[in-house]
Formats: sequence, C-alpha cells, structure tokens
Amino acid sequence: MDFIMQPWEWYVAGPVISFIMFLLYYFGERFGVSSNLETFCSIGGAGKFVNYFKIDWKDNLWNLIFIAGSIAGGFIASNYLTTTDAVNINPQTVKDLADIGIMNAGQTYLPDEIFSVDTMLTLKGFSILIIAGFLVGFGARWAGGCTSGHAIVGLSNLELASLIAVVGFFIGGLVMTWLILPLIF
Amino acid sequence: MKFIKFFLVGILFGIVMSKAEIISWFRIYEMFKFQSFHMYGIIGSAIVLGMISMFLFKKKMVKTFKGDDIHVMPKKEGLSRNLLGGILFGLGWALAGACPGPMFVLIGKGVVSILVVIFGATLGAFFYGVYKDKLPH
Repeated sequence: MDFIMQPWEWYVAGPVISFIMFLLYYFGERFGVSSNLETFCSIGGAGKFVNYFKIDWKDNLWNLIFIAGSIAGGFIASNYLTTTDAVNINPQTVKDLADIGIMNAGQTYLPDEIFSVDTMLTLKGFSILIIAGFLVGFGARWAGGCTSGHAIVGLSNLELASLIAVVGFFIGGLVMTWLILPLIF
Repeated sequence: MKFIKFFLVGILFGIVMSKAEIISWFRIYEMFKFQSFHMYGIIGSAIVLGMISMFLFKKKMVKTFKGDDIHVMPKKEGLSRNLLGGILFGLGWALAGACPGPMFVLIGKGVVSILVVIFGATLGAFFYGVYKDKLPH
C-alpha cells in the first residue's frame, strides 16, 4: 500500500498508460481523448448549424464513459490514494516560476495564480482559462488528435503525421513557456 | 453492462494521471523547461511499449476480445493541419498545463476552474468545425 500512496515514477506511469491504450483497442475501440470535445458539440446540437457535427454521438458513448471513469479515478486518487498535495518539481523550476510571478510552485498540484476560484472570477483570470482551453480544443481538432491520439498512439504506430503534430505541440509549448508566460503574470 | 469496462479503464487512467502528477500544471511547465526527465520518461516509455502493442495488432497476434482483427486508423496526413493545429494545441497545453485527458481528471480532484478550460476547449472544437473548410489542411 505504501507503494500506491507514494507519487508514481515515470517507469510505472508510462507502462500503465500504454496498457490502457492496449485495453481500449482490445475492447474494440481506440485511445483518443480530444474527440470527446466534438461529441460534446454534437450532443449540444451543433449539428443543426454545422454538418461536421452531424454524427450519431451514441457511437462515441464508450469514450464519454471512459472520461467519466477518469473523473472518478481523479476523485479516488486525490481523496484516498494521496497523502500530500505537493509535487516534487526541480528546485530550479520553482525559482524560475517565482521570477515570472508564480509563487509557491510545487506546494500544490496547480498554481493559484491561474486556477484559484478568486483568479477565475477576475476578467484576466477567466480569459486565461478560456483562451487556454480554446487553443487546446481548436488545435487538437485541427491536428486531429492530442497527446493520447497523436503522441502516444500515432508515434507508437510510426506515423509521420503524428511526428509533425508532436513537433508542433513542442513549438507551441516552448513558445508559451519561454516567451509568453513571462509576460502574463 | 458492456460499457462498464470503459468506466473501469477510465478509473485507472484517472488514477495514473493523478498519481504520476501528470495533471499538475507544474509538471508540464517543468517539461517545457527541460528541467526534469519525468514527463519524457512517461511519454517515451508509453510509446516504446505501445510499439510492441502495435506490432502484436498488425501481426494479428492480438485480436479484440470478440476475436476481430485490430486496425489502428492512421491519422490524417497534411503538413498544415498537423503542424499549425499542433502549434495551437501546444500553446494551450503549456498555458493550461493540461491536455484533454488531465482536464477531466482535474474535475475529479475538485478543481472548479478547470470547467472553464473545458468549456473553452469545447468552444475551440466547435469553432474548428465552423471554420474547417477555410483552414489549410
């Protein structure tokens, strides 16, 4: 039990994620989280305006159930399988974040400067959350996949399209982290 | 009842995302700063083992539980779609500190503000659907 309660190392997490992908294919489906966003649009009636969303969302019900399970898993892990909310990041990372205005890095899972309810209720904080989500959703659907579909499935399957997408993920991520984040806070 | 297995696999996914701190904004920042091997080890080992899964699927050594062949649908080709879409995704990933999977796991952790991010992501998917034909692919 002690092993479960500790933070899991990469050599545990990577194989578990790969096993999850294996199971989803074994169950006759696939591994890809961002397509659920399109399913949300279809359920919300977007098919009335745009043909692209005219799909029978019930075909994707298994994936909605998968993310419902992941919500439950997040609840179980944070309430019953974790003793501390601290994240053991590199001390240099903590210093770098303090330099750009994000304090107490690693003492919790998420920075208050972005995710606290107080921040969310400010115009700037709300805008950051919406824009971040918008970029993820728009980008993932344009590229045809996110970290699960492109980085893990696509690269495992040796697809050039996924290699290009992952290079894109890193260009965007590096520009945000090194150039844009320091200007925001 | 046929859906319960997906719920259970989802629970495992939520647990591993939480326990390995993949849902932590700080882990994503640290990754893009190249200050830790953690995320690279996770994604890299998942891919290396995933290659073995793909090999087993292609050689038909593993079939679905119903006995059907497993075909992994290839991703759509196209430099513009993958590179430009990928760049936008990366900008959002580093700002939100979460890709779509962890966003949902964070609901389970009780993070209210992540709902705004998920709403934004759904809006993004909707706008992609609206402007799809005007974008290069």
